[in-house]
Amino acid sequence: MNARLRVEAPGMLTTVQDLGRAGYEHMGVPPSGAMDPGALRLANALVGNTPNAAALEFTLLGGRLTVLDADCAIAFAGTATLHIAATGALPARALTPWQSHRLPAGATLTIGPLERGVRGYLAVGGGIAVTPVLGSASTLTRARLGGLDGRALARGDVLGTGDSRSRFPRRWLAARDTGWFYRDEPVGIVLGPQQDHFAPAEIERFLGATYCLAPQSDRMGLRLEGPAIAHAKGADIITDPIAAGSIQIPGAGQPLIAMNDRQTTGGYPKIATVISADLPRLAQMRPGQRVRFEPLEPAQAVQRWRDYLDWIRDREAALRADPNFPIFPLLFP
Amino acid sequence: MTAAPISTPSPVPRIVPAGDRTLLIEFADRIDADTNAQVLALAHKLRSALRKTRGLSSVVPAYRSLAVGFDPLLIGHGAVRDLIARSLDACAGAPMPVPRRWEVPVCYGGDHGMDLQALADLHQLAPAQLIARHTAPVYRVYMVGFLPGFAYLGGLDPLLHTPRRAMPRAHTPAGSVNIGGQQTAIASVPGPSGWHLIGRTPWRSFDLRHAQPFLFEAGDEVAFTPIDADAFEHLAAQQDDPASRPQPQREVRP
Repeated sequence: MNARLRVEAPGMLTTVQDLGRAGYEHMGVPPSGAMDPGALRLANALVGNTPNAAALEFTLLGGRLTVLDADCAIAFAGTATLHIAATGALPARALTPWQSHRLPAGATLTIGPLERGVRGYLAVGGGIAVTPVLGSASTLTRARLGGLDGRALARGDVLGTGDSRSRFPRRWLAARDTGWFYRDEPVGIVLGPQQDHFAPAEIERFLGATYCLAPQSDRMGLRLEGPAIAHAKGADIITDPIAAGSIQIPGAGQPLIAMNDRQTTGGYPKIATVISADLPRLAQMRPGQRVRFEPLEPAQAVQRWRDYLDWIRDREAALRADPNFPIFPLLFP
Repeated sequence: MTAAPISTPSPVPRIVPAGDRTLLIEFADRIDADTNAQVLALAHKLRSALRKTRGLSSVVPAYRSLAVGFDPLLIGHGAVRDLIARSLDACAGAPMPVPRRWEVPVCYGGDHGMDLQALADLHQLAPAQLIARHTAPVYRVYMVGFLPGFAYLGGLDPLLHTPRRAMPRAHTPAGSVNIGGQQTAIASVPGPSGWHLIGRTPWRSFDLRHAQPFLFEAGDEVAFTPIDADAFEHLAAQQDDPASRPQPQREVRP
């Protein structure tokens, strides 16, 4: 029997996400998926899942879940305190994030607020079992699509898990690696596609500015506060496609960065586009955090994407090569 | 909307990067049938390349531009640019497939189109005259975007062009037929909207019970047929049966 998870406290915004829904943007469906796909992949590697297995994305606050029916392998990719409440013969116990654990049926896991970053991922052995919609388990709440009935988790929800083949790997990410997800460096951008809607002095202002991430940011877009950027030809363009990381400048001049649940098309000029390698890091920036930009050529941006993927793949490979696999005989070694 | 002089040859579109995994192809900076036809012709060519080209991931057409998404570790920017250039060449003179034609039933006014009267007053028309002007054209789906299955239609009577509402509505139902600016659209899912709601179709243009959940595609033709509230209820109830899915009046010829 596969384990199930009962939601005791859902947290602020907890959704089922995998690596996203490709191939439907021309039908108005954004990719959705984990805002920090690297963290999701490592959470999955820690419990022995394939990289694209569905997991839970927590936002700022953690939550509380009870394991039902069977033991369950879990790992949390995020910097938070985790603990198990005392139940029956089971003593209360703190668990380490970025590491796999075997939770017995009946255990209640509490995930505390995220101490760094914005998003943490709870992977479970076998993955969260939901019916894929358009090829993905990812939730798009705006269109009530995917995940659990297209919505965020609520108290009392019960989630199924996939077949973990009763494997309970014992794996952990090196402590020196966990800070990598929250590197505080300038965010790489490629100028355009509509930088000609801004005078050179405005582009200079944008590149020299320090912005502050606004609290109204969400899975659809990140709002920045700081120097307003003036348009040369008005704030409206004919509605055109919006790529991931597009930095739109609406009428008031404050940048708006399109993220995973973005609308697929829109009508504000886009001064620049955040590079693929820096989108996950941007998604982990906290409200109030400072953001500066670094202009790059597309070729440099592609190299950074290669470096990003290599970093993730190296660690995935190391976790999967763990010689201890698949032994995890004790509940809490 | 300004029509291009007939003698002007199509300018070469501009190809610009939108980050490291998307190239944007921009045609003339206007909303019109000719420009959109160029976009859709290129989209058609690139869609067939999508299936055969490793690393190409998406082709997203809009009114006057087209985004091509790719994995830059599998196919380089240069190779994608070459593919776009070849596809543009292949478009020249190539016939487009005959589009599908949908006769979409719409219940105008009343509860289903709460802005009809106000919009008619604004344009100094009787509601029936506004409906007649809205049902007269054969529209073209210029793009599907914003939300899953949301169809933007080109060809609205200029007399019905109306700035968006000052206060967007927090909730509008799926199937809303709206006017916003120089556009009219068929909404696919419930949601907020700043457009004027003139009617509603009982058809479900985004229906996950079907393997192909989207009814409309860019390039399709759409004509509206007015129906009354009773017919709306009847057709809406029919839609509960997945087997009675709306069919186009004219299918695409292979």
